Amino acid sequence: MEKRIRIPENVRSFLIEIGDLSYFAGRFFQELFTRPFELKELMRQCYNMGNRSLLLVGVTGFILGLVFTLQSRPTLMEFGAESWMPSMVSISIVREIGPVITALICAGRISSGIGAELGSMRVTEQIDAMEVSGTNPFKYLVVTRILAATLMIPLLIIFGDAIALLGSALVEYLKGDVSFQLYFNSAFDALEYSDINPAIIKSFFFGFAIGLVGSYKGYTCTRGTVGVGEASNSAVVFTSMLLFVIDFIAVFVTDIFTEI
Amino acid sequence: MKESKLHTEHTKQTEHSVIRIEGLVKHFGDNHVLNGFNMDLYAGENLVIMGKSGSGKSVMIKCVMGLMQPDEGKIRIMGLDVLSMEQQELDQLRKEIGFLFQGSALYDSMTVRENLEFPLRKQNLEQSEKDELVMDALESVGLEHAVELMPSELSGGMKRRIALARAIILHPKIIIYDEPTTGLDPITAKEIIQLMRNIQKKHGSAALIITHDVDCSRVIADRMILLIDGVNYAEGSFSDLIASKDEKIRAFFK
Repeated sequence: MEKRIRIPENVRSFLIEIGDLSYFAGRFFQELFTRPFELKELMRQCYNMGNRSLLLVGVTGFILGLVFTLQSRPTLMEFGAESWMPSMVSISIVREIGPVITALICAGRISSGIGAELGSMRVTEQIDAMEVSGTNPFKYLVVTRILAATLMIPLLIIFGDAIALLGSALVEYLKGDVSFQLYFNSAFDALEYSDINPAIIKSFFFGFAIGLVGSYKGYTCTRGTVGVGEASNSAVVFTSMLLFVIDFIAVFVTDIFTEI
Repeated sequence: MKESKLHTEHTKQTEHSVIRIEGLVKHFGDNHVLNGFNMDLYAGENLVIMGKSGSGKSVMIKCVMGLMQPDEGKIRIMGLDVLSMEQQELDQLRKEIGFLFQGSALYDSMTVRENLEFPLRKQNLEQSEKDELVMDALESVGLEHAVELMPSELSGGMKRRIALARAIILHPKIIIYDEPTTGLDPITAKEIIQLMRNIQKKHGSAALIITHDVDCSRVIADRMILLIDGVNYAEGSFSDLIASKDEKIRAFFK
C-alpha cells in the first residue's frame, strides 16, 4: 500500500502562501505592460512613499551614522587605525547596513501602510466599488503601489546612506578633528563600483518586495477589521523576512561575480 | 389556447427583461448559499428581493455584477451573457448599471468630487462636462454643498446619499441597491427611500433592491421575491405576500 507523506499544516499553509504570492507577482507583471497606465496614481504613490518617508529615513540614517562611528571609534583607536574610519563606515553603510536598515524601516512604514490601506478598502467594499465602476482595481491600486515602491526605495536608500555618512562625518569632526572635506574624500576614495552597483541593484528588489507583500496582504484581506490588522502586521513580518532572504541571495550572487 | 397565451406573455416579458437569472447555484464548501435561484427584472420596475441575513442576497448581486463566479446558472443583462463576457465587455456593460453598496463604499482617500468623478475617468469628457455631471448628481441627492468634503467628514446618511449620487452619475438603465437603508435611523432611511423613488421617476431606470427592511419594501416594491434556502420561495406584490398564510412568509412581516 502506498504510504502518504503528511505535511504539517503550518508548512502547508506557508507553501500555499508562497504559491499565491508568486501568482500575485505574475499578475503584476502581466498587468504592468497593458494599457491603461495609471500614471497619475503612480505619481501620487511615489510622492506618498518617497517624500513622506524622507524624514523617517533621514533621522534613522543620521543616528545610524552617529552610533556606528561612535561605537567603532574606540576599537579602531586601540589599533591606531582611526584613519580607516571613513572608508570602513562608507563601505559598510553603502554595501550592507544602509540598504538593509532603510528597507526594514520602509517595510514598517510603507508595506504595513499598503497592507492596512488596501485591507480596509477590501473589507469596506471600496475595491468592489472600483471594479463595478469599470476600473481594474488591480491595475489602479496594486500595480501603481508595487511600481512606486520599486522606484522609490532605491532613492530612499541612497538618501539614507548619504545622511548616515553625514552623521558619521559629524562625529569624526567633533571627536577626531577630521574636516568634512577630508572625511568625504577618504570615504569616497574607498568606494568602488563593485560596492555601489550590487547595493543599488538589490535595493530595487527590496522595493519590489515591500510593495508586493504589502499589496498582496491588503488585497487578499478577509475577515473584517481583524483581517485588516492581520494584513498590516503580517505584511511587515513577511516583508522583513523576505528582505533578509533577498539580501542573502544578493550577497551570494555578488560574491560569485567578485570571484570570477 | 391558454398555454399559447402564456407563452406569448412569457416571451413578451423576456424581451423586456433587463436582468434575467436562471438556475443560479453558489456553494462555499458545504454551505449551499444559492440552490437554483431564478429572477427577471423588467425595464422600469422596482423589484425587491427579501431574505434573512446570510440567505445569499448579496452573493446573488455579486454574481450579477461579475464580482463573483457562480457554480452553475445563467445571468443575462440586457440580453448579454455576463458569465461568458471578456473583461472589457463587462466593464462596458457595468456603465449601464449603478450599484449602491451596503456600507456606501466611498473612497476614503478622495473628496466627494473625486469619488463622483471616479466612474467618469474613462468617459472622454471635458472637465466642465464632468463638473456638470457631478453637480447634477449631487443636486439629485441634495448635497451640492458637500462637494469638497472628505468622506470622513460626512454622516452615515450623507455618505449613503453621496454613494447614491455616484451610482447614478452615468444615468444607468439599472440600479442595484444592496441594503440601502441598513444602519440608518428611520428618518434618514425614509429620506433615502424617497430619493430612490425620485431618481427612478427622473431616470426611468429599473431597480433591484436587496433588503430586509419591510417599510422600505412597502414603499418601493412593484414586485417582491422572497429568497429562502437559496431559491425564490415566493413572489408577488407586497400586499400579496403580506396576506399570505404561509408561516415562512409571515415571519418576514412580523
